Amino acid sequence: MSASLQKGLNAFREVMDAPIASFFSSCVHCGMCADACLFYTETGDPKYTPIHKLEPLRRVWQQEYTLTGRLGRMLGLSQPVSDDELAAWSELVYDSCTLCGRCSMVCPVGNDITYMVRKMREGMSAAGHAPEGIIGATKRTIELGSPMGVKLQALQAQIRGQEAETGLTIPVDVQGADYMALLSSMEIINFPEYLGALARIFHQAGVSWTLSSEAFEATNSGIQIGASDIAREIVARIVTAAEKLQVKNVISPECGHAFTALRWEGPNLIGRPYKFNVIHILELLDELRSSGRLKTSGKEDAALTFHDPCQIVRRGGVVQQPRVLLGAVASDFREMPDHGVMNWCCGGGGGVSANERAEHLRLTSFKRKKSQLDELGVQTMVTACANCRIVLEEGLEHYNMNVKVVGLTELVAEHLVEQESAK
Amino acid sequence: MADETLLDILKRRGISRRSFLQFCAATTSLLALPPSMAAVVAESLGKVRRPAVIWLSFQECTGCTESLTRAHSPSIESLIFDAISLDYHHTLQAASGHAAEEAREQSMKADWGNYLLIVDGSIPLKDGGVYSTIAGISNLQMLEEAAAGAAAIVAVGTCAAFGGLPHARPNPTGAVAVSDIIKDKPIINVPGCPPVPAVMVGVLAHYLTFGSLPDLDALGRPRAFYGESIHDRCYRRPFYDQGKFAKTFDDAGARDGWCLFELGCKGPTTHNACATTKWNGGTSWPVQSGHGCIGCSEPDFWDAGGFYKALSTPVDSVTGAATAALAVGAAAGVAIGIANRQRKARARAEHQTVTIADLEK
Amino acid sequence: MSDMDLLLWARGPGLGMAVAIFLFGMTLRLFEIYSLGRKRDLSTPRSNSPGSGWRTIYARSLPHADTWRRSALTIIAGFVFHIGLFIVLLFLLPHIELIRALTGLSWPALPTPLIDLVTVITLISLIVILVHRLMDPVKRFLSGFGDYLVWTVTFLPLLTGYMAYHHLLLDYTLLLALHILSAELLLVVFPFTKLTHTFTLFIARWYNGDIAARKGVAS
Repeated sequence: MSASLQKGLNAFREVMDAPIASFFSSCVHCGMCADACLFYTETGDPKYTPIHKLEPLRRVWQQEYTLTGRLGRMLGLSQPVSDDELAAWSELVYDSCTLCGRCSMVCPVGNDITYMVRKMREGMSAAGHAPEGIIGATKRTIELGSPMGVKLQALQAQIRGQEAETGLTIPVDVQGADYMALLSSMEIINFPEYLGALARIFHQAGVSWTLSSEAFEATNSGIQIGASDIAREIVARIVTAAEKLQVKNVISPECGHAFTALRWEGPNLIGRPYKFNVIHILELLDELRSSGRLKTSGKEDAALTFHDPCQIVRRGGVVQQPRVLLGAVASDFREMPDHGVMNWCCGGGGGVSANERAEHLRLTSFKRKKSQLDELGVQTMVTACANCRIVLEEGLEHYNMNVKVVGLTELVAEHLVEQESAK
Repeated sequence: MADETLLDILKRRGISRRSFLQFCAATTSLLALPPSMAAVVAESLGKVRRPAVIWLSFQECTGCTESLTRAHSPSIESLIFDAISLDYHHTLQAASGHAAEEAREQSMKADWGNYLLIVDGSIPLKDGGVYSTIAGISNLQMLEEAAAGAAAIVAVGTCAAFGGLPHARPNPTGAVAVSDIIKDKPIINVPGCPPVPAVMVGVLAHYLTFGSLPDLDALGRPRAFYGESIHDRCYRRPFYDQGKFAKTFDDAGARDGWCLFELGCKGPTTHNACATTKWNGGTSWPVQSGHGCIGCSEPDFWDAGGFYKALSTPVDSVTGAATAALAVGAAAGVAIGIANRQRKARARAEHQTVTIADLEK
Repeated sequence: MSDMDLLLWARGPGLGMAVAIFLFGMTLRLFEIYSLGRKRDLSTPRSNSPGSGWRTIYARSLPHADTWRRSALTIIAGFVFHIGLFIVLLFLLPHIELIRALTGLSWPALPTPLIDLVTVITLISLIVILVHRLMDPVKRFLSGFGDYLVWTVTFLPLLTGYMAYHHLLLDYTLLLALHILSAELLLVVFPFTKLTHTFTLFIARWYNGDIAARKGVAS
């Protein structure tokens, strides 16, 4: 119980870098980031303007890292950032930001606001202003191994279930496998069919793969809460397990921030490049498809659309692969307005779904997705992130919408050509 | 002779009434008075009886007198000067030495309070005014004495009006304008180096006709002649608007009569009647002859940033200041950069590993 | 002090001071930014990156379709203002002469009536921008003293330039002096306000593009 303002401000000082300084130097208060943020568009409350969420960080930069700001502080012209101020900003930094990155795509001067919110959370968490819900998830991840408290036994139960379902063996702790698959706890609890889908696809494609009993959880609450020290500990479990099994690749599951944590932040957290590659499951499926190892037959006739998970598409660069895969298994694939890198977030990323305090705001901002869906009029929405999936399902239920949410990997698995593996 | 009216004198010199009326009409329009006033001007001017005028020349070059008197043919303008009782003008008068000074003193006495005082040249004040004296009398003393009995003063030329060339930096004689010394008399400034003759005459005609000063601008210049800038009335103005500029004095643009702004023309900030009345009987004027306006009817034109520097360009080089600023900025930047890096390093050193126990207060 | 004295001060010592403060401030700013550095990214970048920092520097000038829809007034007024300002600043002959005197660089001027028209459009766009700032809830919420100061010091050179050209209210010489002084005021406050975005947006866009391109996204 040692969080303090001092630690928080110290973290602000630590994360300050040239990009942040250039971003703050460039903001002209045009307000266009507000129009890009679903928390503003759906509430109309200007306090949800993305750049405003960074005000305490900006003040620390201005007061401590510029000559004029330093002089102003010495002359007593400005007040230092206070604990009350950070407390007031907790809602803005955690509840009303999913780190979706849409504002960063829109800002006319090129500010990567999301980059800064991620950095600001380092100080917010160190100052003790992270929301209880995310703190809880983070504690469970460290203490139990998963933010939802899923333990190995639960996974083993699901493995047995899926093995029975598919009639295939799901490999665990296979030394030297080409691929080590990871799961998100939501998949383990709510969508175990993902595991079955993997087994069937890899069986058909002849992929050598394994799960690790030591590191199967891909999600990383440390990233969401913004505590790099904790995020490092979590990602290190995966790195240790993967390097122990000497796998060539680690597959990030259908979970957005898990991909960000593992693919982009991980090496920087542990301070060295990995000895394996990280690949997102959609990237792998597309590779298998294009090399002819993954064959599908038949197509979904119903009109369907794709919800781009922010961390996989806009912040992850997996943009075309889901479209190619959908083209192979669906005859009436319709893009949402603002699809791809400009898609709107489900409203629950970046730790918001774990933050009970934000539930009302999250459901309010879901109106953005609702209007996108209403405009399109389809009954099936495919996605590739278990967190999006849960949040979407909750939102759809809240608004009594008759739309089914499907995971893309499972959809592909359903259309596998029924044949024995080539080998 | 002393009772002769102006019109009588002009008649004797062979100027017809018709020519006089034409002159009055032209002067009326030059003064920007309504055309109906031409008759009034002619009426009053015709009846004027040789007003007494004292002309004092101080630190000057005689250019103003030259300008006003050296016409190719005797014009009405020059005759108007003949018509006035120019009781003292040491360039023009026949008398010299003590006789001349006596004439001045007599005239002053005779018309005390009524004569018109015309001054050209500036007045040196430094070192007791020793830099310009007439008959042992300093310019300052002579001006003060003559001004005391004057009905009004006309400061002819930029030297008398604003100090002019003698006033130019570093102003070794401490030269000042008439208006810097005389505060209790009406003063009309007719600046120009030299002033346009028609302007001089127009001012006299106005004074003689109405017995009052014409409408003056903030610098004491008659608005009728100095109300508009050279640039606004310049026949080359369309080239300015089209963006056609002479780059040198002998390029195609210069030959085609394009705008001289880039060559330093001060037309935009200069107020005078050159562009409309022209010089030498309407023959030409500086811009028409291919040289930019040097702004001679404006105060301190000699020190106004150089005749050949475009009006929008720096008066002094900023290279030194710019170089110094870059160096100081870089030095301050390096210093704050080091301080910032130290602050960041300290923050890193003070970092305490955040564990799940450290997420709450 | 006469109008001419004021003009000479503006063209002489005033200009020198303003240029010096501007250059000092901007140099300081750039050092402040870059000296903070950034950590080397140890993650493996995507090899076939469709973007880069350089690409984003120009691409960010063109808003996405949805951004157009949602922020149309901000975008249009912003474009009109910026383009107008740069036309007036860079293509009026007296300005070119100033640039040539300071740097030796020059280029052809545009006809003055065209500049005049652009000035009017730019002034109108600035007024629209101000009214929008006062009316729009987000802009009003974000705005402080600095925003209105910057608006004022940007508006004044355009206004005084227009007034000088048309001889409005005051004598030309005085207006020209005020015009130059207002531009100098702009230079003086420049490094210490959001006007720095003129330069730093290139840095910001580069970082934004670089961060996104590493992940295979053209931002």
